Amino acid sequence: MPLVAVENLTFGYTAHPVLTDVSLTVDSGEYVGMIGPNGSGKSTLLQLILGLHTPDEGTVRLFGQPAREFVDRERVGYVAQDVTENTKEMPITVEEVVLMGRFPRAGFGRITDTDRDQARKALETVGIDDLADRRITTLSGGQRQRAYIARVLAGEADLLVLDEPTVGVDAESVAAFFDLLGELNEAGLTVLLVEHDIGAVLEYTDRVLCLNRTIYFDGPPAEFADSDVLERAYGASIHRGSEVTLS
Amino acid sequence: MLWLLERWGDVLSAIGEQFGIQMLQYGFMHRAILVGILIAVMAPLIGTFLVHRQLALIGDALAHTAFAGVAVGLFVNATLGTGISPYLTAVVVAMIAAFAIEVISEVTDAYNDVSMAIVLSTGFALGTVLISLNAGGLAVGINQYLFGNLATVTSQNAIILVGLFVVVAAVVGITYKQLLYVTFDETAARVAGLNVRWYNRLMSVLTAMVVVGAMQIMGVILVAAMLVVPVAGAAQLARSFREALLASVILAELAVLVGITLSFHYETTAGGTIVLVAVGIYVAAVLLGKLQSRRATERTAAAVQDDEPMSLTDD
Repeated sequence: MPLVAVENLTFGYTAHPVLTDVSLTVDSGEYVGMIGPNGSGKSTLLQLILGLHTPDEGTVRLFGQPAREFVDRERVGYVAQDVTENTKEMPITVEEVVLMGRFPRAGFGRITDTDRDQARKALETVGIDDLADRRITTLSGGQRQRAYIARVLAGEADLLVLDEPTVGVDAESVAAFFDLLGELNEAGLTVLLVEHDIGAVLEYTDRVLCLNRTIYFDGPPAEFADSDVLERAYGASIHRGSEVTLS
Repeated sequence: MLWLLERWGDVLSAIGEQFGIQMLQYGFMHRAILVGILIAVMAPLIGTFLVHRQLALIGDALAHTAFAGVAVGLFVNATLGTGISPYLTAVVVAMIAAFAIEVISEVTDAYNDVSMAIVLSTGFALGTVLISLNAGGLAVGINQYLFGNLATVTSQNAIILVGLFVVVAAVVGITYKQLLYVTFDETAARVAGLNVRWYNRLMSVLTAMVVVGAMQIMGVILVAAMLVVPVAGAAQLARSFREALLASVILAELAVLVGITLSFHYETTAGGTIVLVAVGIYVAAVLLGKLQSRRATERTAAAVQDDEPMSLTDD
């Protein structure tokens, strides 16, 4: 059973569709990078996969269940662009954030020692256990994104979904961040990632999805680099843009 | 309940006699202090979740609609000769307003502060129109709701507030994790399977209850301050969210107790005095917070300097 199964999906916020006839599957253990120009519907597709919107046509399944009705919520983890942008002054420690990963399991019950142990372990895995008691706003962009990854790990999720996680993270930390994702993937975590940095997706992931309202390419990075997909999906003007670097 | 209230009075009287505190010898002061202590727990408890979602204005909006609710109650009583407590109508109207804020922002896709501003103006307008319709008896009664008055807290009011306190504390206790998740990261909370819309509404209803509860000593105009000012002060000092909750309650208690004492001695309005004390505490908290963070950076700077020669020799 694929973890994610999207079939003939069409969706629009208004009458005009953002996504048309999208089909894809993600199997357990894969490391998938999704790219596409601005406004191509990447984030929307992720949100549909996570069950946050209802498809206009077609189906989205998570772990075999319709995504909208999916209940085993602890199996999915989500990391967005740095959320603390909006909550700058909120006093909350790294440990408190990571513990949130345990909340779907705890429900209305108390947080137990097991939950705390899992949070601790997750922090060790991403290498920021020494920052556990720091206020999350005092961390660097890269450290913060590690904390959010730790939140997913604390929840013992099987599928990690990331929406442009490296926005606002300095170049050096980006490489380390992708190394971490690679290690987690090796250890069995399925990773689905939306990323504006095409170079990073080609370098680090095992499979490239190129989206612009519909799927333009789905295959290994090497094949993508040899094809003319980029021009077709992005258009020539954007192709010459500085962020598109293929080497 | 009434029995408990009397015992509370006995305890305060005894303390008053022991230490010669004149303020503690009046029954109305016993009730005012009890109500003040309860509000100073409830308001920052809810306010902490509101402020950190950038919803600080909601207290203001609901306070003004609660004012309309009081006007509705007094109006109905005056015209129909009934004896409904204005607090009851205030709770009902404020809760309707809380839902209205949610619905307006969902239907029109307007930002929340726009819908809050609309509800705020509507509430205040409705209140003043109802008062002017029946100016004679109402204008006199309305002052105590607008500005708050220590002497007007009746035993019935105090008992209602104890009830509110139990409900608010229990709901926050049970849904603490969910409220925290929704406050910090709404999208991730949705992915985690939380019904964010439902928790938003729960928060609005709790806010409405606290606003009406605080109205009797604070006055509607200053209620919002109790939701926001101690929370803002606590955010300067606390590191974790739990610390922030605790600190905001402590700061609020300080403001209420000092404020009530000052207002008794100098015969000033209770709401205004409490808020001024709260703002004073806030300013002190900001200064203390700045001092703290400066010291922390100096310490890290010093630590780095200490480390550097070591690592150089290692290399």
